Amino acid sequence: MNKRPFLALFVAPATLAAIASAAALAAILQYAFRAYVPGSLNPGGLTLDNFFALLRPLYAQVFIQTVWICLLTALITLVVAYPLAFALVRTRNVALKSFLLITAVTPLFLGEVVRTYSWIIVLGNTGFINSVLKGLGIIDRPIQMMFTTFGVVTALVHVTLPVMVIMLSAALSHIDRDYEKAATSLGAGPVKAFLTVMLPLSMPGVVAGVSTAFAWTFSAFATPQMIGGGKVSMISTLVYQLGFASFNFPFAAALSVTGLALTFAVLAMAKQAIKPLEKIGAH
Amino acid sequence: MSDPRKRLISAKAGERLLAIAGWTVVWLVVAFIILPAVVVGISAFNDRAILSFPPQAWSTRWFARAFSYRDFSEGFRNGLIITAFASSIALVVGAGFAFALDRYSFRGKMALEAVLTSPLVIPHFTIGLGFLILAAQIHATRTFALVIVCHVVLVLPFVMRSVYVSLRNLDSRLELAAASLGARPGRALFTVTLPLLIPGLFSGWLFAAILSFNEFTASLFVTAQATQTLPVAMYNYVREYADPTLAALSVIYIVVTALLLTIANAFLGLGKVLNVEHVR
Repeated sequence: MNKRPFLALFVAPATLAAIASAAALAAILQYAFRAYVPGSLNPGGLTLDNFFALLRPLYAQVFIQTVWICLLTALITLVVAYPLAFALVRTRNVALKSFLLITAVTPLFLGEVVRTYSWIIVLGNTGFINSVLKGLGIIDRPIQMMFTTFGVVTALVHVTLPVMVIMLSAALSHIDRDYEKAATSLGAGPVKAFLTVMLPLSMPGVVAGVSTAFAWTFSAFATPQMIGGGKVSMISTLVYQLGFASFNFPFAAALSVTGLALTFAVLAMAKQAIKPLEKIGAH
Repeated sequence: MSDPRKRLISAKAGERLLAIAGWTVVWLVVAFIILPAVVVGISAFNDRAILSFPPQAWSTRWFARAFSYRDFSEGFRNGLIITAFASSIALVVGAGFAFALDRYSFRGKMALEAVLTSPLVIPHFTIGLGFLILAAQIHATRTFALVIVCHVVLVLPFVMRSVYVSLRNLDSRLELAAASLGARPGRALFTVTLPLLIPGLFSGWLFAAILSFNEFTASLFVTAQATQTLPVAMYNYVREYADPTLAALSVIYIVVTALLLTIANAFLGLGKVLNVEHVR
């Protein structure tokens, strides 16, 4: 008797899908090493020029700014998400739990455009924050928040928050509460029990959350495009601009490939960081 | 040394203070999450054609415009077509592969899994650019097929995970029982395994559909005027107009999504689905 009935039937469609995504990545990789022919959509011969061009200060600066924005966003999101994840996991009130969960998760399903658009109304010169501050007589002239790194990071934190909350609460909910009870029964106060037991045990979740938030922020396009408005550039907005404003697809491809290498490097580092942490938490 | 009873009381008071402080922070975070939705909700009823806060006069005309604007209705229709195909194809492909992943060992299993889950960490603009270049080489840049294939690849990891988790939780002895009672593999699959998997299949399909319908960045790269989805149409609208039409559309979006998720939570237990979703 066949021990693996329908194996081919189950695996063949998945193989096709895998070939499609591998082909798309191969297409980018191939274009990254081709010359740009101005005025033509077809690339020229083989070259390494695209990668050398990345070293120019203008582009190197976008790289540094992107990494800075991603780091800042990931860390702020962690600080904002942790209390919410903790409350979500700990509350025994079922209605409150559902409310917190729906609140935390709904933005994830709204898409980047709707959420970023809302932030334009919050941050704009005639927007919510400036109107409130003006109404209270705190400021005379609006504070410029659109087209600034502050505005972009604020909106990005909002975009990344749901994923972080989900990952942190997944980690927190799998921690055995007996450890904390043991700490309390041995005389530790709630703060000490949290700092010495819960926080270290949740570190694998923290690292996983921060690295995922980093990758998500790196991937974000609508937010830096709409709130940054060309004044705050990230790799994503630069790739789009190169592709659709100057049709320099080879350079856009080289930029994407380098960005991808950066993402993988960050994720690999995070994986290395989690390993020893998981040993501490192993039970 | 102080009286131990007094210390206990002050510890209790400290704990209460801590709880109050903690919940204050939690509600501030909740306020941060909800604030843009509230602001957009108020702005949608602003009568003026320029976004300013707070509105001086009220109107519902932007809702009427959101429904009558052609790019939105076409984007909505295109989105439904693409989402229907992409999420259903992803369901079939992903469920089959999740089954093979759980039950069988075969050559190339790890590599296949790695390639199929990679869209979780590859930026969407990279995937979009890749499919655009690929399509340009075979002269198929303006087709629905291109957008659908791209969306299938993007949502597949979510379907795979959802079905895989349900398979893990399924008691495989039920299948053995069916087999020992003489059911052939095909019959066991259709009468035992598949019915038990329905909640996992449904939640995987639902996630895939919502994600596909709302996908923006990759879609911006792979859609043309004729295949433009709703988020792309919305993005193009902001670049052209500054009136609150998009605020009205956002309100509809937020209300419908929150309703769908509340229903999903009531029937499927969102916490359960999401919690197991992200355990690696």
